[in-house]
Amino acid sequence: MAESNTNPILINNLQKSYGAVRAVRGVSFEVQEGEIFGLIGPDGAGKTTIIRIVVSLLAADSGEVLFKGRSVGEHIQFVRTNVGYMPQRFSLYQDLTVRENLDFFGDLFKVPLDVQRQRREELYAFSKLGPFENRRAGQLSGGMKQKLALSCMLMHEPDVILLDEPTYGVDPVSRSEFWDILKKLAERGTTILVTTAYMDEAHLCDRVGLMFDGQLLALDTPSALLKQFDKPLFLVESSRPHETYTALKNADFKGEYNLFGNGVHISAGKDFSRNKLIKLLEENRIEYKSIRPVQPGLEDLFLELQRTAAS
Amino acid sequence: MNHVLLSIMRKEFRHIRRDPQTLAIILAWPVIMLFLFGYAITMEMRQIDTAIVDLDHSPQSRAFIERVTSTDFFNVTAVDIPYNEYEKVLMERKARCILVIPQDFARKLQKNPRTKIQLIIDASDPNAANYISKYFSQIAAQYNFAHNRIDFIPFTMESRLLFNPDLKSQYFFVPGLIAVILLLISALLTSIAIVREKELGTMEQILVSPVRHYQIIIGKAIPYTVIGFIDAIIILAVGHFWFKVPIEGGLLLLLGTMIIYIFTGLSFGLLVSTITTSQRVAMMAALVSTILPTIMLSGFIFPVDSMPVIFQYVSKIIPATHFLEIIRGIMLKGVGFGELKTQIGYLALIAFVLNAISIRKFKTNLEP
Repeated sequence: MAESNTNPILINNLQKSYGAVRAVRGVSFEVQEGEIFGLIGPDGAGKTTIIRIVVSLLAADSGEVLFKGRSVGEHIQFVRTNVGYMPQRFSLYQDLTVRENLDFFGDLFKVPLDVQRQRREELYAFSKLGPFENRRAGQLSGGMKQKLALSCMLMHEPDVILLDEPTYGVDPVSRSEFWDILKKLAERGTTILVTTAYMDEAHLCDRVGLMFDGQLLALDTPSALLKQFDKPLFLVESSRPHETYTALKNADFKGEYNLFGNGVHISAGKDFSRNKLIKLLEENRIEYKSIRPVQPGLEDLFLELQRTAAS
Repeated sequence: MNHVLLSIMRKEFRHIRRDPQTLAIILAWPVIMLFLFGYAITMEMRQIDTAIVDLDHSPQSRAFIERVTSTDFFNVTAVDIPYNEYEKVLMERKARCILVIPQDFARKLQKNPRTKIQLIIDASDPNAANYISKYFSQIAAQYNFAHNRIDFIPFTMESRLLFNPDLKSQYFFVPGLIAVILLLISALLTSIAIVREKELGTMEQILVSPVRHYQIIIGKAIPYTVIGFIDAIIILAVGHFWFKVPIEGGLLLLLGTMIIYIFTGLSFGLLVSTITTSQRVAMMAALVSTILPTIMLSGFIFPVDSMPVIFQYVSKIIPATHFLEIIRGIMLKGVGFGELKTQIGYLALIAFVLNAISIRKFKTNLEP
């Protein structure tokens, strides 16, 4: 255990309830130094609760939470001084300028002024916010706001940072820019715990925990996770995917079928085949344009795990 | 001084400066209130609607009526109305009192210098009725003094009025209003200061930092004390130069006690802000819990000494009670620090207790 205790974040059998609602039920994982660890799951899965417990804003009901080897509940001041935290909602002062926000957070963390100056220039280069130094935070675009929030949190150079849905509601270009910055930070050795509801961001993480209903359904590298989905998967394309989906539902089909933008993803065990699928569709008089095998994505895995967990 | 505290204060000043509308309201509102209430709240009565019924029509009765109408206390709205309409006139508020001079007034006055004039007063407002009755008695006394000085009066009371010789009620009310307005504005200013950060989510961000809760609270209290003090100077100037209320005592002492008083009000606002969760609730709570007690129980209108004992104790925890004694003492009586030590001590104690509760109640996490 001595070895694992050196990991920046350790969570062991964490439980947290709000009244009758069990937000987190027995979650365990560790975040290793210098990795990007993604907690992925829909709203209400318990991601925010876990993050808030790690940064000491909420107290765990039971279980162990260690930050840099120290129990979070007993070392609140240590955690708050050394962690970098970016809350879900934009939490900067909209009526202060970019520069003023950076300075304020530098002061809050007692960063010496000459270090602040140097740090600010680095962050400007990083985030390309330099030209907007005197613009009020409220007048920045969504993507720039998130970059500013990240910059403010980096003013005290934390080596462990936690970000709660940092790309929520941000346009795709800004999202990928934001992830580039996270990658660069990780390369420098920063440990990152990030949550997201976007499945397509999973492959940008070193390791991923899939969360649903307060539980961790799976935890591995994105590629290893995909291997867990080891059965044939077909895409049934149709002009009206929703009707195809409803028809399958009415036919009481026993396999997996999930609605995607371009059609319906279907699987039914390891020996499911194209011919079986055609037969199924024709027996139930379900219209379709084409059928082709597809590589499973994390979303397919997540939906399958979610169904198993729910049943 | 603590660098973090300075930085929080600087941030608060920026918030205030960048919201010019709110700033304008903060600075203009107290002056508007002082003007409005400075004129509206007065115990003096003038232009009382009066009906006069002269059944005598003699030179004597006319002379008496002449005395009544020559003051600006009375405004004659009806003359010689028939007896059966008296009640109607009062009911419809055409007049608040009816003066009836009987038809044998002059005759009886000459024969036997003891006669009566009837005065009917609408006493649904007892205070006003009292004034009306007093005004008429004075006029009657003056008339008697001028026309038939036969009554022998063994002694008379010679009053000397100190501190407000002209009995101007503004002398009494303007300092009181300054006290009420200052408390109101300072409690309102800070009532939303912390809850706003909770609502905007910025509190969540700054909590995850080495900042201590007392730094957040003090860092917010000090900038608002400055704003409150500017307000205080403005309304004090209006009170002194416009309403002509004197400042008999030391100006520095007055300003110094104002700072303590404002700080007490701000501390109350901060406490409200610490324990509420939305700006709207905070503002309502601050308004309701300052206005009524301050106006009713502090001695602003009703003297504390004539309240039931229990309310006299209650009044002790209302900051305005002490500040009213201070500001009236300094402005009207010219008292010095020595006489006001107790009141200043009370104010400081209240501020200290409020801040201690705020710091204790301040939540440093997001637990519901």
